[in-house]
Amino acid sequence: MLRVENVTHEPVEFSAALLSKFADLVSRYPEGRQKSALLPALHETQAELGWLSVPAMDKVAAYLKIEPIEVYEVASFYTMYFLRPQGKYMLEVCRTGPCCLVGAEKIMDHIEQTLGVKEGDVTPDGLFSWRGVECLAACGFGPVLQIGPEYTFYENLTTESVDKLISDLKAKANN
Amino acid sequence: MGRKLLLEHINVPGINTFDVYRSKGGYAAVEKALKTLTPDEVVEEVKKSGLRGRGGAGFPTGMKWSFLAKPEGVPRYLVCNADESEPGTFKDRYLMTHIPHLLIEGMIIASFALGAKTSYIYVRGEMMPQIRILEKAIAEAKNAGFLGKNILGTGYDLELYVQPGGGAYICGEETALIESLEGKRGNPRIKPPFPAIAGLYGCPTVVNNVESIAATVPIIRDGGDEYAKIGIGRSTGTKLISASGNLNKPGVYEIELGVPVEEFIYSDEYCGGIANGKRLKAVVAGGSSVPILPANLILKTINNESRLMSYESLSDGGFATGSMMGSGGFIAFDEDQCIVRNTWNFARFYHHESCGQCSPCREGTGWMEKVLHRLEHGHGKLSDMDLLVDVSKKIEGNTICPLGDAAAWPVASAIRHFRDEFEWHVTNPTEAVSRNYGLSHYADPLSKPEEVA
Repeated sequence: MLRVENVTHEPVEFSAALLSKFADLVSRYPEGRQKSALLPALHETQAELGWLSVPAMDKVAAYLKIEPIEVYEVASFYTMYFLRPQGKYMLEVCRTGPCCLVGAEKIMDHIEQTLGVKEGDVTPDGLFSWRGVECLAACGFGPVLQIGPEYTFYENLTTESVDKLISDLKAKANN
Repeated sequence: MGRKLLLEHINVPGINTFDVYRSKGGYAAVEKALKTLTPDEVVEEVKKSGLRGRGGAGFPTGMKWSFLAKPEGVPRYLVCNADESEPGTFKDRYLMTHIPHLLIEGMIIASFALGAKTSYIYVRGEMMPQIRILEKAIAEAKNAGFLGKNILGTGYDLELYVQPGGGAYICGEETALIESLEGKRGNPRIKPPFPAIAGLYGCPTVVNNVESIAATVPIIRDGGDEYAKIGIGRSTGTKLISASGNLNKPGVYEIELGVPVEEFIYSDEYCGGIANGKRLKAVVAGGSSVPILPANLILKTINNESRLMSYESLSDGGFATGSMMGSGGFIAFDEDQCIVRNTWNFARFYHHESCGQCSPCREGTGWMEKVLHRLEHGHGKLSDMDLLVDVSKKIEGNTICPLGDAAAWPVASAIRHFRDEFEWHVTNPTEAVSRNYGLSHYADPLSKPEEVA
């Protein structure tokens, strides 16, 4: 079994909606190639559950008729899959060269101060976490950040627009 | 004004919908290809156009198509590479967001030319909004009879699917992309066999960049010869350039290949000059992987000729005094930017994105990141520059895929052209963390705006 430190793994149930999405995904590939649905299936699972626990990954493996290790190795290779719980809103700020030329580092410092948690940690109210990510292919509109699971994009960030974004998200969560 | 082939209708309201796209002449190229040309004739037009792969490598697209093996009874696949992740490049996101039907139309033409009955568009996972845009466009095209069974009554069947990635730069490498599409880690395959022989599910496969596929639309519509008339020499047609960094007007521009770099940076038609009245220090002309050039060498070649935005001119002088067209990710650095810090940033990127299969890349990228980190933070040694060059040479050419070269070139070129700035970081460690080195002799060779006036 995949070991992720300091994380408890409760059994999970998948909704009927999620299972029907799986069925649609599998239909896109030739007979016997259902493993191709793994990456999109993990995205859908994470969108429903917020992160990928070991029991969730095991269920995906069972659905796709592959070994659990085939899911773990993929989930731990790609950066978009969370192997531990995150804040409800994960702010992912581009930290690569072109965005840094226009102030991405300042934006990350500001987010760290405003939220009061280090990169990768979750705020005590469970609402926010943040991290720097590599190039998001929006270099002309930097600095940028994205928030999953819809991966909504926020461009040309300033400290003021980040403040507004955070307070808007707080208001949204409390309603 | 240069001719626009891809972005001609980009500002038309509703161009992202099927009806408006169709009313502007969209899908006429599909009709022409399916009803009046054979698949081989389509390949021939693309060959005649001289179109070169727009993802970065610049390999002729028509030739790539003609290498596809066609054994009886084995399916063939077309996969569109929309895993746009090269730092400095954001043209494919722009194209898919605003004019998705251009890509769908190109996919139909290219799939027909290659005899593919199922094709995939592999989009990087972070572009979920673009994935939804493409899925909507596919549904619209299918409704109108341009996808599915018996397209336009010609007997040709095609299903088109969008596949999300998982957030890994390496999946832009075509064999890593194929692995990822098969539901595996993005580890590049050893070649040969090339995907044209054994690609997706072991079947003959062509992988093309978004912009290359979109370019087949004007090529088929107007004919390959017409397309080849645009541009300069072997750099035919138009190219999308993603302009970022310290520019007045960053964004995506469609240029006719051959526009002078100086015009591209300073004219109001394109980037409108350097932001905040600053002067240009350096440019990375084709995405973070290509060699960085100081201002004097990007504007003029070593022979004092005006440098042009073309495959040949950007690489004029080899790596000694030139660079590469790459993906067209054009990053401009103003006089306040620190080359050491930026080189460290790029080295960290490649270390983070190395898939870990090949030791020279897995270990070497990490060493380069660490050495650059200590240089940037005032703990460097004068011997570090030679050490970095040595490590970069041991990565370059010694890996399965080009990520190793891509990681080595930015470091080696930064030291080649900006060695004095690196040395200044070592000899002035306290000053180097509080202020930047500035322009020095790589000074923008153009006169300052006030001097002109």
